[in-house]
Amino acid sequence: MSAADLTRTAEGGQEMGPRKGATADELLRELGAVLRMSEAEAAALADVPPDEDERTMILNMGPQHPSTHGVLRLMLELEGETVLRTKPIIGYLHTGMEKTGETLTYVQGPTNTTRMDYAAPLFNELVFSLATETLLGIEDDIPERAQWIRMLLCELNRMSSHLLFLATNGLDMGAVSMMIYGWREREETLRLLEMITGLRMNHNFIRPGGVAADLPDGWRDATLRVLDLVEPRLGEYEVLMTGQPIWRQRLQGVGLITADEAIALGATGPVLRSTGVPWDLRKADPYLFYDQVDFGVVVGSYGDCFDRYAIRLNEVRESMAIVRQILDKLPPGDYRIQDRKVTPPPRARIDESMEALIHHFKLFTEGFKVPEGEVYCAIESPRGELGCYMVSDGSGTPYRMHIRGPSFVNLQAMPHMLRGGLIADAVAVISSVDPIMGEVDR
Amino acid sequence: MSDASDDDSGAPGADDEPEPGGGAGPELRHGVPVTESRGQQVLHPGRDELVELVRMLRDDEGFRVCVDVTAVDYLAYDAPRGLPAGVTGERFEVVVGLLSHATAERLRLRVQVPSGDPTCPSLFDVHPGTEALEREVFDMFGIAFTDHPDLTRILMPEDWEGHPLRKDNPVGAIPVQFKGVRNDR
Amino acid sequence: MGWDVSEGFEGLDHNFLTGKLEDLVQWSRAKSSWPVTFGLACCALEMMGAGGAHYDLARFGMEVFRASPRQADIMIVAGRVSQKMAPVLRQIHDQMMEPKWVISMGVCASSGGMFNNYALVQGVDQIVPVDVYAPGCPPTPETLIHAIETLRDNIQTGELLRRRQHNGGGAGLVIEQRGGIAEPDALPAGRR
Repeated sequence: MSAADLTRTAEGGQEMGPRKGATADELLRELGAVLRMSEAEAAALADVPPDEDERTMILNMGPQHPSTHGVLRLMLELEGETVLRTKPIIGYLHTGMEKTGETLTYVQGPTNTTRMDYAAPLFNELVFSLATETLLGIEDDIPERAQWIRMLLCELNRMSSHLLFLATNGLDMGAVSMMIYGWREREETLRLLEMITGLRMNHNFIRPGGVAADLPDGWRDATLRVLDLVEPRLGEYEVLMTGQPIWRQRLQGVGLITADEAIALGATGPVLRSTGVPWDLRKADPYLFYDQVDFGVVVGSYGDCFDRYAIRLNEVRESMAIVRQILDKLPPGDYRIQDRKVTPPPRARIDESMEALIHHFKLFTEGFKVPEGEVYCAIESPRGELGCYMVSDGSGTPYRMHIRGPSFVNLQAMPHMLRGGLIADAVAVISSVDPIMGEVDR
Repeated sequence: MSDASDDDSGAPGADDEPEPGGGAGPELRHGVPVTESRGQQVLHPGRDELVELVRMLRDDEGFRVCVDVTAVDYLAYDAPRGLPAGVTGERFEVVVGLLSHATAERLRLRVQVPSGDPTCPSLFDVHPGTEALEREVFDMFGIAFTDHPDLTRILMPEDWEGHPLRKDNPVGAIPVQFKGVRNDR
Repeated sequence: MGWDVSEGFEGLDHNFLTGKLEDLVQWSRAKSSWPVTFGLACCALEMMGAGGAHYDLARFGMEVFRASPRQADIMIVAGRVSQKMAPVLRQIHDQMMEPKWVISMGVCASSGGMFNNYALVQGVDQIVPVDVYAPGCPPTPETLIHAIETLRDNIQTGELLRRRQHNGGGAGLVIEQRGGIAEPDALPAGRR
């Protein structure tokens, strides 16, 4: 069966060709600059004739597949059940968000970016807002309460994103009930976020200048309730999964990657931390008020799937500790900057003041203008370094808005992790990288 | 984050790199002009200096991580671009972000790419993690990266025509272009 | 039990159900419908939430999302459909056996949503015939359940097939959003 017959949705040059075409030179490059073969090995490989009896086969997995975490398509070159080369083919969720972002004003911008990483939408809004505020020059004038509220929401979102990971990871490994448990906890967190922001997902709450509204009454009790609920349940998940022999055998030693490989491939987040590199932007380059809260960076040692699972499980605990500290430290004050050129006036003022009405009108029709320049801002999202590169030309819409999605770059590490494993391990590895295709394809 | 500073170039004494030859010309760091943009350091290498510069930054200066490779199309940009003296702005700019884990320092490189010859050397041999990023730039802008192992479209379908993020490519809704799959049941 | 055929159906009421064949067929179609996993983007998370413990699609017999389209009846297109995904969508739809139904979940699937650009198919009804449109960005799980209930009721009464015949394509029912902040008690009580 030739490669052309495998799928009717032919992608032409994007498909992976059979191994016959791979020369020693290509193999050297494809293994990356890190796993560099010695010259002698490469020369020896050139002497070996290509595989004539076709022991390898190319299998297509996805884009519609229960375990590909969204619309990821993998072309696997298999020898029996062992995976040799992999080619991730993406683009099945490409939404043209960067192009759309150039047509939306800066106030509308978060509605666009929030739908990129849809499991942790508040992070996308935060990075867009930080980039806009840096261009405006007001990043130091954002009120403290607004920054603390942003931190609170981001940590709650990190919790819900990692609970999503635990649920889907469990489901992919066969612990189907974990799906229900993880979702049960996630529902509690989403209900809390709905109480604060008004929506369960894609909140559009963190905007340039602060947040959209202040915290509602009763938020403190609701947050404490969620924290007290989730904490013992994490212990239950440990019992269900961490100590369990089947879980360990499926995840330990699977999807190995070393620190040097991860760094060379640009991986960030739990993928990088699982190799032992304690790199977390909240500690290394603190933004908001992360330097004023006490939390640990969870680091693995082997770089396998089990480490990544354990890291995310413990990051939920760390996030809960941060939220508890925020509950104590949250100061009173404004929830957005009181700069009338940037922030719309409160709705009640519109009835009283002509100026307020005009500002409201101009802000929501034209949008505020941002001085020209370019800036790159990065934060630590549940998947890694989420960055926003923004270029402004002095008008009311961004000239270029590029989001550096961590999953997009982490996916490059996946072929290295899959090499030499089985197909079932492929499912484990994809799940442990935890890609969200919305930010991969944008 | 950092103090807001305007992004005019050529302010002497702002950087402390002891590169001789900074005299009357633009500020130099590692031999290429450097500017500051909102408190972030930006280097402006030429296309032919890019790979060597990145390699040197990785090996000698500790910038082991390539964070991002993207591009900007300055076709419709009518404002000062913040380029130092001696660097002429072209239509495209390839922007490379670098990070050093040891010092938590970031660096940005802006490479000018003319529209008549939209090519740029690939950073794949220095940072393998730029493979997908460069493919995306090729797909969205049409900038070809020489020496890239697999320069094909990554986000759009293989037979798509045009490069969506170019400024002369409209945003608008276009008729559905999907290949009619045969109805084989 | 001492029953003679000359008695007719008199003595056998408690052992027989009678009805029109059409009703029985529609009853089985409505009550036993399994969705195919076609979660694409954000709406997929809400769809999974609907299958979770709180909103519980299992009450309706629908928590089994079949991965193979050959075993599924409903395709819930949950999320934005890009140009590259469109032929895949069509292929999966074609692989499903008749009778099959399509719920277009969310505004991106129904009309392209907020992304009116080159990259998205502006409404999945350009590719497959849609029976129910569920608005929302994303629709709450209550809205999805309302869409499923609407689909089922219309299958049961035969209205769906009539509309399909009239339209020459999908039935095109549009529902309203339920739940969320505005309607906190919208959780439909299980009546089956």
